[in-house]
Amino acid sequence: MVAFGGWDMPVEYSGIVSEHMAVRERAGIFDVSHMGEIEIAGKNALEAVQRISCNDASRLAVGQAQYSGLLTPEGTFVDDLLVYRLAAQHFLLVVNASHIVTDYTYIAEHIQTAGDAVAVDASSRYALLAVQGPRALEVLQPLTGVDLASLKYYWFAHGEVANVRATISRTGYTGEDGFEIFAPPQSADRLWLAILEAGRPVDLVPCGLGARDTLRLEAAMRLHGNDIDQTTSALEADLGWIVGWKKDDFIGASVLRQQKAAGVTRKIVGFELLDRGIARQGYDIYADDVRVGVVTSGTQTPYLKKSIGMGYVPLTLIDPGTEFDIDIRGRRVRAQVVPMPFYKRKK
Amino acid sequence: MAYPANFKYTKDHEWIEVSGDRGKVGITDYAQQQLGDVVYIDLPEVGARVKAGQSFGTIESVKAVSELYAPLAGEVVEVNTSLKDKPEAVNKDPHANWMIVIKMSEPAAAASLLDASQYADLVK
Repeated sequence: MVAFGGWDMPVEYSGIVSEHMAVRERAGIFDVSHMGEIEIAGKNALEAVQRISCNDASRLAVGQAQYSGLLTPEGTFVDDLLVYRLAAQHFLLVVNASHIVTDYTYIAEHIQTAGDAVAVDASSRYALLAVQGPRALEVLQPLTGVDLASLKYYWFAHGEVANVRATISRTGYTGEDGFEIFAPPQSADRLWLAILEAGRPVDLVPCGLGARDTLRLEAAMRLHGNDIDQTTSALEADLGWIVGWKKDDFIGASVLRQQKAAGVTRKIVGFELLDRGIARQGYDIYADDVRVGVVTSGTQTPYLKKSIGMGYVPLTLIDPGTEFDIDIRGRRVRAQVVPMPFYKRKK
Repeated sequence: MAYPANFKYTKDHEWIEVSGDRGKVGITDYAQQQLGDVVYIDLPEVGARVKAGQSFGTIESVKAVSELYAPLAGEVVEVNTSLKDKPEAVNKDPHANWMIVIKMSEPAAAASLLDASQYADLVK
Protein backbone atom coordinates (compact mmCIF):
# COMPACT_ATOMS: atom_id res chain seq x y z
CA MET A 1 0.00 0.00 0.00
CA VAL A 2 1.16 3.54 -0.69
CA ALA A 3 -0.07 6.95 0.35
CA PHE A 4 -1.63 8.64 -2.68
CA GLY A 5 -3.43 11.97 -2.56
CA GLY A 6 -4.59 11.35 1.00
CA TRP A 7 -5.61 7.76 0.29
CA ASP A 8 -3.95 4.45 1.06
CA MET A 9 -3.89 2.61 -2.23
CA PRO A 10 -2.53 -0.74 -3.37
CA VAL A 11 0.28 -0.59 -5.94
CA GLU A 12 -0.62 -4.11 -6.97
CA TYR A 13 -2.82 -7.04 -6.01
CA SER A 14 -1.42 -10.03 -7.91
CA GLY A 15 1.43 -8.23 -9.73
CA ILE A 16 1.70 -5.29 -12.13
CA VAL A 17 2.43 -7.41 -15.19
CA SER A 18 -0.37 -9.94 -14.66
CA GLU A 19 -2.89 -7.17 -13.88
CA HIS A 20 -1.80 -5.23 -16.96
CA MET A 21 -2.18 -8.30 -19.18
CA ALA A 22 -5.59 -9.08 -17.70
CA VAL A 23 -6.85 -5.64 -18.78
CA ARG A 24 -5.40 -5.98 -22.29
CA GLU A 25 -6.73 -9.51 -22.79
CA ARG A 26 -9.76 -9.91 -20.49
CA ALA A 27 -10.87 -7.46 -17.82
CA GLY A 28 -9.74 -5.77 -14.63
CA ILE A 29 -11.38 -3.66 -11.94
CA PHE A 30 -9.82 -0.57 -10.35
CA ASP A 31 -11.02 1.31 -7.29
CA VAL A 32 -10.38 4.91 -8.34
CA SER A 33 -12.56 6.51 -5.70
CA HIS A 34 -9.64 8.80 -4.87
CA MET A 35 -10.51 10.86 -7.97
CA GLY A 36 -12.21 14.15 -7.14
CA GLU A 37 -15.64 15.28 -8.33
CA ILE A 38 -16.52 18.94 -8.60
CA GLU A 39 -20.01 19.91 -9.73
CA ILE A 40 -20.90 23.20 -11.35
CA ALA A 41 -24.56 24.18 -11.61
CA GLY A 42 -26.70 27.29 -12.06
CA LYS A 43 -28.33 29.27 -14.85
CA ASN A 44 -24.90 30.16 -16.29
CA ALA A 45 -23.11 26.89 -15.56
CA LEU A 46 -22.09 26.46 -19.20
CA GLU A 47 -20.45 29.90 -19.29
CA ALA A 48 -18.65 29.05 -16.05
CA VAL A 49 -17.31 25.78 -17.43
CA GLN A 50 -16.35 27.45 -20.70
CA ARG A 51 -14.29 29.97 -18.73
CA ILE A 52 -12.29 27.50 -16.64
CA SER A 53 -12.05 24.43 -18.90
CA CYS A 54 -10.02 24.73 -22.11
CA ASN A 55 -12.10 22.33 -24.20
CA ASP A 56 -15.40 23.46 -25.72
CA ALA A 57 -18.17 22.26 -23.40
CA SER A 58 -20.87 23.71 -25.68
CA ARG A 59 -20.19 20.79 -28.00
CA LEU A 60 -21.27 18.32 -25.31
CA ALA A 61 -24.77 16.89 -25.43
CA VAL A 62 -26.38 15.99 -22.11
CA GLY A 63 -25.01 12.50 -21.41
CA GLN A 64 -21.65 13.14 -23.04
CA ALA A 65 -18.17 13.71 -21.60
CA GLN A 66 -14.89 15.22 -22.82
CA TYR A 67 -11.25 15.35 -21.79
CA SER A 68 -10.04 18.85 -20.95
CA GLY A 69 -7.60 20.97 -19.00
CA LEU A 70 -7.83 23.42 -16.16
CA LEU A 71 -5.20 25.91 -17.29
CA THR A 72 -3.22 28.79 -15.90
CA PRO A 73 -3.20 32.13 -17.78
CA GLU A 74 0.06 30.85 -19.34
CA GLY A 75 -1.80 27.94 -20.92
CA THR A 76 -0.16 25.40 -18.60
CA PHE A 77 -1.90 22.76 -16.50
CA VAL A 78 -3.31 23.33 -13.04
CA ASP A 79 -4.85 19.90 -13.66
CA ASP A 80 -6.42 17.77 -16.37
CA LEU A 81 -9.97 16.57 -16.04
CA LEU A 82 -13.05 15.00 -17.57
CA VAL A 83 -16.09 17.20 -18.04
CA TYR A 84 -19.48 15.44 -17.91
CA ARG A 85 -22.62 17.26 -18.99
CA LEU A 86 -25.25 16.01 -16.52
CA ALA A 87 -27.90 18.51 -17.65
CA ALA A 88 -27.96 21.60 -19.83
CA GLN A 89 -26.65 23.73 -16.95
CA HIS A 90 -25.16 21.11 -14.65
CA PHE A 91 -21.64 19.72 -15.11
CA LEU A 92 -19.51 17.20 -13.27
CA LEU A 93 -15.74 17.61 -13.41
CA VAL A 94 -13.60 14.62 -12.51
CA VAL A 95 -10.17 15.77 -11.30
CA ASN A 96 -7.00 14.28 -9.86
CA ALA A 97 -7.11 13.34 -6.17
CA SER A 98 -4.08 15.34 -5.14
CA HIS A 99 -5.48 18.55 -6.67
CA ILE A 100 -9.07 18.56 -5.42
CA VAL A 101 -8.60 21.52 -3.08
CA THR A 102 -6.37 23.49 -5.48
CA ASP A 103 -8.77 22.90 -8.36
CA TYR A 104 -11.87 23.74 -6.36
CA THR A 105 -10.34 26.97 -5.06
CA TYR A 106 -9.18 27.93 -8.55
CA ILE A 107 -12.56 27.14 -10.09
CA ALA A 108 -14.58 28.91 -7.41
CA GLU A 109 -12.45 32.03 -7.85
CA HIS A 110 -12.65 32.11 -11.63
CA ILE A 111 -16.34 31.44 -12.12
CA GLN A 112 -17.40 34.41 -10.01
CA THR A 113 -17.62 36.62 -13.08
CA ALA A 114 -19.46 34.02 -15.17
CA GLY A 115 -22.88 34.82 -13.71
CA ASP A 116 -25.23 32.49 -11.87
CA ALA A 117 -23.15 29.37 -11.24
CA VAL A 118 -21.83 27.63 -8.16
CA ALA A 119 -19.12 25.02 -7.76
CA VAL A 120 -19.43 22.28 -5.16
CA ASP A 121 -16.72 19.85 -4.13
CA ALA A 122 -18.79 16.65 -4.25
CA SER A 123 -15.82 14.27 -3.99
CA SER A 124 -17.05 12.59 -0.81
CA ARG A 125 -20.38 11.75 -2.47
CA TYR A 126 -18.87 9.52 -5.15
CA ALA A 127 -17.04 6.24 -5.15
CA LEU A 128 -15.62 5.41 -8.58
CA LEU A 129 -14.91 1.93 -9.91
CA ALA A 130 -13.35 1.36 -13.33
CA VAL A 131 -14.00 -1.90 -15.16
CA GLN A 132 -11.63 -2.08 -18.10
CA GLY A 133 -10.76 -4.56 -20.81
CA PRO A 134 -12.18 -6.16 -23.96
CA ARG A 135 -14.57 -8.28 -21.84
CA ALA A 136 -15.68 -5.47 -19.50
CA LEU A 137 -19.03 -5.11 -21.24
CA GLU A 138 -19.74 -8.83 -20.98
CA VAL A 139 -18.97 -8.72 -17.25
CA LEU A 140 -21.11 -5.68 -16.46
CA GLN A 141 -24.12 -6.17 -18.71
CA PRO A 142 -25.83 -8.85 -16.57
CA LEU A 143 -25.61 -6.49 -13.57
CA THR A 144 -27.42 -3.55 -15.12
CA GLY A 145 -30.52 -2.57 -17.09
CA VAL A 146 -28.56 0.05 -19.01
CA ASP A 147 -27.86 -1.15 -22.54
CA LEU A 148 -24.09 -0.91 -22.47
CA ALA A 149 -23.53 -1.82 -26.12
CA SER A 150 -25.46 1.26 -27.20
CA LEU A 151 -23.46 3.52 -24.89
CA LYS A 152 -20.87 5.19 -27.11
CA TYR A 153 -17.28 6.01 -26.16
CA TYR A 154 -17.27 9.08 -23.89
CA TRP A 155 -21.02 8.92 -23.22
CA PHE A 156 -22.68 8.01 -19.93
CA ALA A 157 -26.05 6.91 -18.55
CA HIS A 158 -27.77 6.73 -15.18
CA GLY A 159 -29.15 3.48 -13.84
CA GLU A 160 -28.41 0.72 -11.41
CA VAL A 161 -25.50 -1.69 -11.26
CA ALA A 162 -25.96 -4.69 -8.95
CA ASN A 163 -28.95 -2.85 -7.44
CA VAL A 164 -26.79 0.15 -6.61
CA ARG A 165 -27.79 3.55 -8.01
CA ALA A 166 -24.99 4.52 -10.37
CA THR A 167 -23.82 6.57 -13.30
CA ILE A 168 -22.05 4.45 -15.91
CA SER A 169 -19.62 6.11 -18.25
CA ARG A 170 -17.83 4.52 -21.20
CA THR A 171 -14.47 6.00 -20.32
CA GLY A 172 -11.19 4.88 -18.80
CA TYR A 173 -7.48 5.43 -18.37
CA THR A 174 -6.14 2.24 -19.88
CA GLY A 175 -6.45 2.56 -23.66
CA GLU A 176 -8.92 -0.32 -23.55
CA ASP A 177 -12.68 -0.47 -23.88
CA GLY A 178 -14.35 -0.18 -20.51
CA PHE A 179 -16.60 1.63 -18.10
CA GLU A 180 -16.31 3.85 -15.07
CA ILE A 181 -19.06 3.59 -12.48
CA PHE A 182 -19.92 6.43 -10.10
CA ALA A 183 -21.79 5.12 -7.06
CA PRO A 184 -22.59 6.15 -3.48
CA PRO A 185 -19.58 5.36 -1.25
CA GLN A 186 -21.68 3.38 1.24
CA SER A 187 -22.53 0.90 -1.55
CA ALA A 188 -19.10 0.75 -3.15
CA ASP A 189 -17.93 -2.42 -1.40
CA ARG A 190 -21.11 -4.26 -2.40
CA LEU A 191 -20.66 -3.11 -5.99
CA TRP A 192 -16.98 -4.09 -6.01
CA LEU A 193 -17.79 -7.61 -4.76
CA ALA A 194 -20.68 -8.03 -7.22
CA ILE A 195 -18.42 -7.10 -10.15
CA LEU A 196 -15.63 -9.41 -8.93
CA GLU A 197 -18.18 -12.22 -8.75
CA ALA A 198 -19.66 -11.43 -12.18
CA GLY A 199 -16.14 -11.27 -13.59
CA ARG A 200 -15.16 -14.70 -12.40
CA PRO A 201 -16.00 -16.54 -15.67
CA VAL A 202 -13.65 -14.25 -17.65
CA ASP A 203 -11.01 -14.20 -14.90
CA LEU A 204 -11.38 -10.47 -14.15
CA VAL A 205 -8.77 -9.35 -11.62
CA PRO A 206 -8.49 -6.41 -9.22
CA CYS A 207 -5.80 -3.96 -10.37
CA GLY A 208 -3.72 -1.43 -8.46
CA LEU A 209 -1.98 1.87 -9.16
CA GLY A 210 1.01 0.16 -10.75
CA ALA A 211 -0.97 -1.36 -13.61
CA ARG A 212 -3.02 1.82 -13.93
CA ASP A 213 0.24 3.65 -14.64
CA THR A 214 1.70 1.12 -17.10
CA LEU A 215 -1.63 0.85 -18.96
CA ARG A 216 -2.14 4.59 -19.32
CA LEU A 217 1.46 5.04 -20.42
CA GLU A 218 1.18 2.37 -23.14
CA ALA A 219 -1.88 4.30 -24.34
CA ALA A 220 0.18 7.55 -24.11
CA MET A 221 -2.36 9.17 -21.82
CA ARG A 222 -0.76 12.09 -19.98
CA LEU A 223 -0.40 11.97 -16.21
CA HIS A 224 -0.60 15.29 -14.38
CA GLY A 225 2.46 15.71 -12.17
CA ASN A 226 4.53 13.76 -14.69
CA ASP A 227 3.81 14.63 -18.31
CA ILE A 228 1.84 17.80 -17.78
CA ASP A 229 2.00 20.40 -15.02
CA GLN A 230 2.20 24.13 -14.44
CA THR A 231 5.38 24.36 -16.55
CA THR A 232 4.05 22.67 -19.70
CA SER A 233 1.52 24.21 -22.06
CA ALA A 234 -1.30 22.33 -23.75
CA LEU A 235 0.46 22.74 -27.11
CA GLU A 236 3.84 21.57 -25.81
CA ALA A 237 2.02 18.53 -24.41
CA ASP A 238 0.60 17.93 -27.91
CA LEU A 239 -2.91 18.37 -26.54
CA GLY A 240 -4.06 21.04 -28.98
CA TRP A 241 -7.07 18.80 -29.68
CA ILE A 242 -8.52 19.53 -26.23
CA VAL A 243 -8.35 23.29 -26.76
CA GLY A 244 -11.61 24.92 -27.88
CA TRP A 245 -9.99 27.27 -30.39
CA LYS A 246 -13.37 28.58 -31.57
CA LYS A 247 -14.54 29.50 -28.06
CA ASP A 248 -14.55 33.00 -26.65
CA ASP A 249 -12.11 33.84 -23.92
CA PHE A 250 -11.04 31.17 -21.44
CA ILE A 251 -8.12 31.01 -19.02
CA GLY A 252 -4.94 30.51 -21.02
CA ALA A 253 -6.54 31.33 -24.39
CA SER A 254 -4.41 34.31 -25.40
CA VAL A 255 -1.07 32.62 -24.65
CA LEU A 256 -2.16 29.44 -26.42
CA ARG A 257 -3.32 31.42 -29.48
CA GLN A 258 0.07 33.15 -29.61
CA GLN A 259 1.87 29.81 -29.26
CA LYS A 260 -0.28 28.33 -31.99
CA ALA A 261 0.58 31.18 -34.36
CA ALA A 262 4.28 31.40 -33.50
CA GLY A 263 4.90 27.73 -32.75
CA VAL A 264 6.34 26.18 -29.59
CA THR A 265 10.06 25.45 -29.07
CA ARG A 266 9.71 22.02 -27.45
CA LYS A 267 7.20 19.23 -27.51
CA ILE A 268 6.39 15.97 -25.79
CA VAL A 269 7.45 12.84 -27.66
CA GLY A 270 7.13 9.14 -27.12
CA PHE A 271 10.32 7.10 -27.18
CA GLU A 272 11.49 3.53 -27.00
CA LEU A 273 14.79 2.53 -25.39
CA LEU A 274 17.10 0.61 -27.71
CA ASP A 275 18.80 -1.13 -24.76
CA ARG A 276 17.65 -2.48 -21.39
CA GLY A 277 16.56 -0.28 -18.51
CA ILE A 278 13.77 2.09 -17.59
CA ALA A 279 13.96 5.81 -18.28
CA ARG A 280 12.17 7.23 -15.27
CA GLN A 281 10.68 10.64 -14.53
CA GLY A 282 13.35 13.34 -14.21
CA TYR A 283 16.12 11.56 -16.13
CA ASP A 284 17.95 13.87 -18.54
CA ILE A 285 17.81 13.59 -22.32
CA TYR A 286 21.01 14.30 -24.26
CA ALA A 287 21.75 14.96 -27.91
CA ASP A 288 25.47 14.94 -28.77
CA ASP A 289 26.35 15.29 -25.08
CA VAL A 290 24.22 18.40 -24.66
CA ARG A 291 21.34 18.19 -22.21
CA VAL A 292 18.27 18.97 -24.31
CA GLY A 293 15.30 17.66 -22.37
CA VAL A 294 13.85 15.55 -19.63
CA VAL A 295 11.89 12.34 -19.25
CA THR A 296 8.41 12.75 -17.75
CA SER A 297 7.26 9.10 -17.61
CA GLY A 298 8.83 5.77 -18.38
CA THR A 299 8.22 2.10 -17.84
CA GLN A 300 8.82 -1.37 -19.13
CA THR A 301 5.51 -2.18 -20.80
CA PRO A 302 4.13 -5.59 -20.03
CA TYR A 303 2.07 -5.93 -23.21
CA LEU A 304 4.43 -4.49 -25.84
CA LYS A 305 7.41 -5.78 -23.86
CA LYS A 306 9.39 -2.66 -24.61
CA SER A 307 10.89 0.05 -22.48
CA ILE A 308 8.96 3.20 -23.38
CA GLY A 309 8.53 6.70 -22.11
CA MET A 310 7.59 10.29 -22.77
CA GLY A 311 9.64 13.42 -22.46
CA TYR A 312 10.05 16.98 -23.69
CA VAL A 313 12.62 17.69 -26.42
CA PRO A 314 13.36 20.52 -28.89
CA LEU A 315 11.47 20.45 -32.19
CA THR A 316 14.57 19.18 -34.03
CA LEU A 317 14.21 15.88 -32.18
CA ILE A 318 10.50 15.13 -32.43
CA ASP A 319 10.27 13.16 -35.68
CA PRO A 320 9.77 9.40 -35.36
CA GLY A 321 13.07 7.61 -35.92
CA THR A 322 15.14 10.41 -34.38
CA GLU A 323 17.56 9.12 -31.74
CA PHE A 324 18.88 10.63 -28.53
CA ASP A 325 20.50 9.45 -25.29
CA ILE A 326 18.97 9.20 -21.85
CA ASP A 327 21.10 9.31 -18.74
CA ILE A 328 19.97 6.39 -16.59
CA ARG A 329 21.84 6.82 -13.31
CA GLY A 330 25.12 7.59 -15.05
CA ARG A 331 24.67 5.17 -17.95
CA ARG A 332 23.78 6.62 -21.36
CA VAL A 333 21.10 4.59 -23.10
CA ARG A 334 20.07 5.20 -26.69
CA ALA A 335 16.40 5.96 -27.34
CA GLN A 336 14.39 6.39 -30.51
CA VAL A 337 11.33 8.58 -31.05
CA VAL A 338 8.24 6.52 -31.91
CA PRO A 339 4.68 7.59 -32.77
CA MET A 340 2.17 7.78 -29.92
CA PRO A 341 0.11 6.07 -28.67
CA PHE A 342 2.48 3.16 -28.15
CA TYR A 343 -0.52 0.84 -27.92
CA LYS A 344 -3.78 1.17 -29.78
CA ARG A 345 -6.56 -1.35 -29.33
CA LYS A 346 -8.14 -3.01 -32.33
CA LYS A 347 -11.62 -1.67 -32.94
CA MET B 1 9.40 -20.85 -1.33
CA ALA B 2 11.69 -22.38 1.31
CA TYR B 3 14.99 -20.71 2.21
CA PRO B 4 17.83 -23.21 1.55
CA ALA B 5 19.48 -24.34 4.78
CA ASN B 6 22.97 -24.29 3.25
CA PHE B 7 22.76 -20.53 2.45
CA LYS B 8 23.52 -17.59 4.72
CA TYR B 9 21.38 -14.44 4.56
CA THR B 10 21.58 -10.69 5.12
CA LYS B 11 19.02 -8.29 6.53
CA ASP B 12 19.16 -6.61 3.10
CA HIS B 13 17.69 -9.78 1.56
CA GLU B 14 20.73 -11.22 -0.21
CA TRP B 15 21.82 -14.83 0.16
CA ILE B 16 25.32 -16.29 -0.07
CA GLU B 17 26.25 -19.90 -0.64
CA VAL B 18 29.70 -20.42 0.83
CA SER B 19 32.02 -23.09 -0.48
CA GLY B 20 35.63 -22.82 0.74
CA ASP B 21 36.72 -19.23 0.17
CA ARG B 22 34.10 -18.66 -2.56
CA GLY B 23 30.61 -17.30 -2.01
CA LYS B 24 27.83 -17.30 -4.61
CA VAL B 25 25.51 -14.32 -4.11
CA GLY B 26 21.87 -13.70 -5.08
CA ILE B 27 18.70 -12.13 -3.75
CA THR B 28 16.05 -13.93 -1.72
CA ASP B 29 12.57 -14.95 -2.71
CA TYR B 30 11.23 -12.30 -0.34
CA ALA B 31 13.30 -9.64 -2.14
CA GLN B 32 12.05 -10.64 -5.58
CA GLN B 33 8.46 -10.62 -4.35
CA GLN B 34 8.88 -7.11 -2.99
CA LEU B 35 10.54 -5.89 -6.17
CA GLY B 36 8.05 -7.42 -8.55
CA ASP B 37 8.89 -7.85 -12.21
CA VAL B 38 12.65 -7.40 -12.67
CA VAL B 39 13.68 -5.77 -15.95
CA TYR B 40 17.34 -4.86 -15.52
CA ILE B 41 20.28 -5.96 -13.38
CA ASP B 42 23.51 -3.99 -13.35
CA LEU B 43 26.41 -6.13 -12.10
CA PRO B 44 30.10 -5.33 -11.52
CA GLU B 45 33.00 -6.56 -13.67
CA VAL B 46 35.11 -9.56 -12.70
CA GLY B 47 37.96 -8.25 -10.57
CA ALA B 48 35.91 -5.61 -8.75
CA ARG B 49 36.45 -5.38 -4.97
CA VAL B 50 33.33 -5.41 -2.80
CA LYS B 51 32.89 -4.58 0.86
CA ALA B 52 30.43 -6.16 3.26
CA GLY B 53 27.17 -4.20 3.35
CA GLN B 54 28.11 -2.03 0.39
CA SER B 55 26.48 -1.84 -3.00
CA PHE B 56 27.85 -4.06 -5.76
CA GLY B 57 25.15 -3.30 -8.32
CA THR B 58 21.55 -2.32 -8.91
CA ILE B 59 18.39 -4.22 -9.70
CA GLU B 60 15.50 -2.54 -11.44
CA SER B 61 11.88 -3.67 -11.50
CA VAL B 62 8.85 -2.04 -13.09
CA LYS B 63 8.16 -0.59 -9.63
CA ALA B 64 11.55 0.69 -8.50
CA VAL B 65 15.35 0.66 -8.58
CA SER B 66 17.17 -0.97 -5.65
CA GLU B 67 20.79 -1.46 -4.63
CA LEU B 68 22.35 -4.91 -4.35
CA TYR B 69 24.49 -5.27 -1.22
CA ALA B 70 27.48 -7.58 -0.81
CA PRO B 71 27.01 -9.94 2.16
CA LEU B 72 30.79 -10.23 2.66
CA ALA B 73 33.98 -8.54 1.49
CA GLY B 74 36.21 -9.84 -1.27
CA GLU B 75 36.88 -9.86 -4.99
CA VAL B 76 34.32 -10.61 -7.69
CA VAL B 77 35.60 -13.68 -9.56
CA GLU B 78 32.52 -14.59 -11.58
CA VAL B 79 29.50 -12.68 -12.89
CA ASN B 80 26.29 -14.30 -14.08
CA THR B 81 26.12 -12.52 -17.44
CA SER B 82 23.04 -14.51 -18.51
CA LEU B 83 20.99 -12.20 -16.26
CA LYS B 84 21.71 -9.31 -18.63
CA ASP B 85 19.30 -10.74 -21.18
CA LYS B 86 17.11 -12.74 -18.82
CA PRO B 87 16.74 -10.62 -15.66
CA GLU B 88 13.24 -12.07 -15.12
CA ALA B 89 14.93 -15.38 -14.18
CA VAL B 90 15.45 -13.84 -10.73
CA ASN B 91 11.67 -13.70 -10.27
CA LYS B 92 11.19 -17.29 -11.36
CA ASP B 93 13.92 -18.89 -9.26
CA PRO B 94 15.73 -16.38 -7.04
CA HIS B 95 17.69 -19.00 -5.09
CA ALA B 96 19.13 -20.65 -8.22
CA ASN B 97 19.92 -17.52 -10.22
CA TRP B 98 23.04 -16.20 -8.54
CA MET B 99 24.51 -12.84 -9.54
CA ILE B 100 28.17 -12.86 -8.59
CA VAL B 101 30.77 -15.13 -7.00
CA ILE B 102 32.97 -13.47 -4.40
CA LYS B 103 36.41 -14.73 -3.41
CA MET B 104 36.03 -13.83 0.24
CA SER B 105 38.86 -12.03 2.02
CA GLU B 106 37.55 -13.26 5.36
CA PRO B 107 35.46 -16.43 4.90
CA ALA B 108 34.98 -16.84 8.67
CA ALA B 109 32.82 -13.68 8.68
CA ALA B 110 30.04 -15.75 7.11
CA ALA B 111 29.29 -17.09 10.58
CA SER B 112 27.93 -13.66 11.55
CA LEU B 113 25.21 -13.74 8.84
CA LEU B 114 21.67 -15.03 9.40
CA ASP B 115 20.90 -18.69 8.90
CA ALA B 116 17.80 -19.85 7.03
CA SER B 117 15.49 -20.03 10.03
CA GLN B 118 16.62 -16.64 11.35
CA TYR B 119 16.03 -15.13 7.92
CA ALA B 120 12.63 -16.80 7.60
CA ASP B 121 11.69 -15.21 10.94
CA LEU B 122 12.89 -11.82 9.74
CA VAL B 123 10.58 -11.76 6.74
CA LYS B 124 7.63 -13.50 8.40
